[in-house]
Amino acid sequence: MENIRNQIKIFFLRILNIPFAFLMHAIDLIMWPIQKIVGVRNMPYIFLLPNLIFFGLFVIVPLIANFFFSLSSGDELLFAERELPTTKQYDQLFDCESYLNPNTCTEDFFWRGVYNTLFFVVFQVGLMIFFSVLTAVILNKKIIGRGFFRSVFFFPVLLSPVVVGLIWQWILLKNGAFNAIIESYGGDKVSFLTDPSWAMASVIFVSIWAHMGFYTLIVLAGLQAIPPNLYEAAEMDGTSRERIFFRITLPLLMPNLLVVFILASIKGVQTFDEIYVLTGGGPGTSTSLIVQYIFTTGFASSGSVQNFGLAAAASMVLGVVLLFLTLMQLYFSRNKESKHQEI
Amino acid sequence: MMNVKFIFKALSVALVSLSLTLISAVSFAATDVRIMWYGDGDKENVPIAAQIDEFNAANSDINVILDIVPYDAIMNTLPIQLAAGEGPDIARVTDLGGLNKYYADITPYVADPSYYEKSFGPFLNWYRKSGDTTSIHGFHSTMTVTGPYVNKTLFEQAGVDLLGPGATWEEWAAASIEVAEKTGTPIPMAWDRSGHRVSGPAISMGAKYFDSNGDPKLVDDGLKAMTQMLYDWHQAGTMSKDLWGSVAGSKYHAPNDWWNAAEVVFMMSGSWQIGRFANEVGDDFDWWAVPAPCGPAACTGMPGGNALLAFNANPAVGKVMDFLSSKEQLSSFIGQVLAIPGHLDLQVDYQTDDPNAKHALNTFAGAVPTIDQVAFDLQAHVDNRIMFNAIISRLGQAIVGEMTMEEAWDRMDEDVEKQLKEKYGG
Repeated sequence: MENIRNQIKIFFLRILNIPFAFLMHAIDLIMWPIQKIVGVRNMPYIFLLPNLIFFGLFVIVPLIANFFFSLSSGDELLFAERELPTTKQYDQLFDCESYLNPNTCTEDFFWRGVYNTLFFVVFQVGLMIFFSVLTAVILNKKIIGRGFFRSVFFFPVLLSPVVVGLIWQWILLKNGAFNAIIESYGGDKVSFLTDPSWAMASVIFVSIWAHMGFYTLIVLAGLQAIPPNLYEAAEMDGTSRERIFFRITLPLLMPNLLVVFILASIKGVQTFDEIYVLTGGGPGTSTSLIVQYIFTTGFASSGSVQNFGLAAAASMVLGVVLLFLTLMQLYFSRNKESKHQEI
Repeated sequence: MMNVKFIFKALSVALVSLSLTLISAVSFAATDVRIMWYGDGDKENVPIAAQIDEFNAANSDINVILDIVPYDAIMNTLPIQLAAGEGPDIARVTDLGGLNKYYADITPYVADPSYYEKSFGPFLNWYRKSGDTTSIHGFHSTMTVTGPYVNKTLFEQAGVDLLGPGATWEEWAAASIEVAEKTGTPIPMAWDRSGHRVSGPAISMGAKYFDSNGDPKLVDDGLKAMTQMLYDWHQAGTMSKDLWGSVAGSKYHAPNDWWNAAEVVFMMSGSWQIGRFANEVGDDFDWWAVPAPCGPAACTGMPGGNALLAFNANPAVGKVMDFLSSKEQLSSFIGQVLAIPGHLDLQVDYQTDDPNAKHALNTFAGAVPTIDQVAFDLQAHVDNRIMFNAIISRLGQAIVGEMTMEEAWDRMDEDVEKQLKEKYGG
């Protein structure tokens, strides 16, 4: 009986196999001559080719085009109609009497973007790491509803930045939910998004809220990788909680915190969409970051000259910053790997 | 052998039939005409969609596709599409001179070119390139005039009389503040955040916008006077920083939400708001359009409007333009959207019983003859947007304290100079 059942099973499996076998033979018909021409050793490149073509078409070609745009001028889009080559755009970007005062720069919007980005990244990343560690430490403890809270903290990460911007706009507007609460307790309305002294703080807060869950997860993974016997030994020695945290937890978390720091910095430098929805870069230019400058200069000039060259030059500068951060990340992650191997 | 011959014959017949079918299908296929349209909500989108349906039903050889897009797409996406050699056949645009290098001359394809000259004459030059006096690129869909509205109910509640023609900006500001104080209204004055809106009042204060050669020269005493006044109003709380300060750069922002909630006494906007106010304000309060306040040089608003302009010239585009620009279709459209016609000889039966809307239509139509020549020249200038954007972005920065007014004025001139250099070289 068992034998018959197996025979039937094999029969059906063979029938199911027919289309796959047919497909494999069909692929074989194509691949075999190619393998003959390029040789077995080079076949991996053939398999990678479709992805490489897409990568080249949508990443490498635009990157090269961007570089050439940055060395051209004019308001035309097609290269044939643009003045090329010229360093005019870079000269314009870096033409400043004092780099510390954007008002003395020809492209003052760019430099305001640079300083706003710098301010944003320093405070957003710093506070994000602090709150991520705090949240991860709490979520690593045996608290009631731990799974639920882990989901709650991660949930904002799943939201689209535009949705995040809109939600917080409704909450933080002068006639928004938060001000309604303040008013109901007899307080005065606060212009969270339209007062320059509040706007950047509001934007940093929203950005931390939106992205903290992801970094908390990384820190949590780091916490769970710390051997429990270290804590047991420390407890047996009567070490205080603070000392355990600063002498065991934090040092062993450092590799994870480094990853968090670099990833958050890269993400921070690239920030655009949620701020654009939340404040539009205002009031004035107080929350306008570099990416918004690039977007406005190249694509959203509302009838002014769409300066593709200047936008491309600014994005090349941004690219250099991001390249530096990425190389840092690669260096430190490789360093970490080699240390692990040594251990 | 017979069978093989038969099969070949049958195949030949089949191939010929298939080819004929394909050829006839291609030759009788309707020509697509794509229109990129932004509208002020259903108020404008529903009437135009009905007109397109009517056209398609009457012209089986042409298939008009109406793409309704946000205004931002017209301002920011359309120029990029056109620069890349793409874009629609026709679009409804407001940057009338700024895109003129892309307009197609449809003169050979319209039934009666003289109809366009007679009906839209003064506006056709707004679309033409410098030196061109004959091309036809399209027609004015609606004409607009900038000007203020007041919440008449609040004025009545406060016991303050509405000011008449000849009242100055300072007098209107004082009256609005008085009404706001007496009625507890939070915002005495609110303006659309737009350089175009600032320009009419600036011309009233004496701004010239051009030098003696006709080249753009933005900052002069007139512009300084008006922008300083706007700055002062923001610092004094006559205007709320929450509107102009809520975005960056030259981004347009209108105070409609506050106006609809009766939180504004005086709103500087324009005639295109009439239909929207009629729908959104309804019976909540009485709103009146008032004559453009005066400065030492004039009492003017800015003319403007939107036009349907062609980016491809062919018989189908010409036919669509003829249909939409016809007196019958334009009259019906203008009557429904409650706008001022751009057609010089059009009887419009406005489809509204709203006395506020009727009064506003009369006020704005009556304002057209009082528009200053500088305002017309500015509106017709190909680079006017560069000047409008420079005003609003730098004034916005000064208002929130990022620079002084002196610095803002210097920057306005530099911005214009820089952009013109980028555009024309040098």
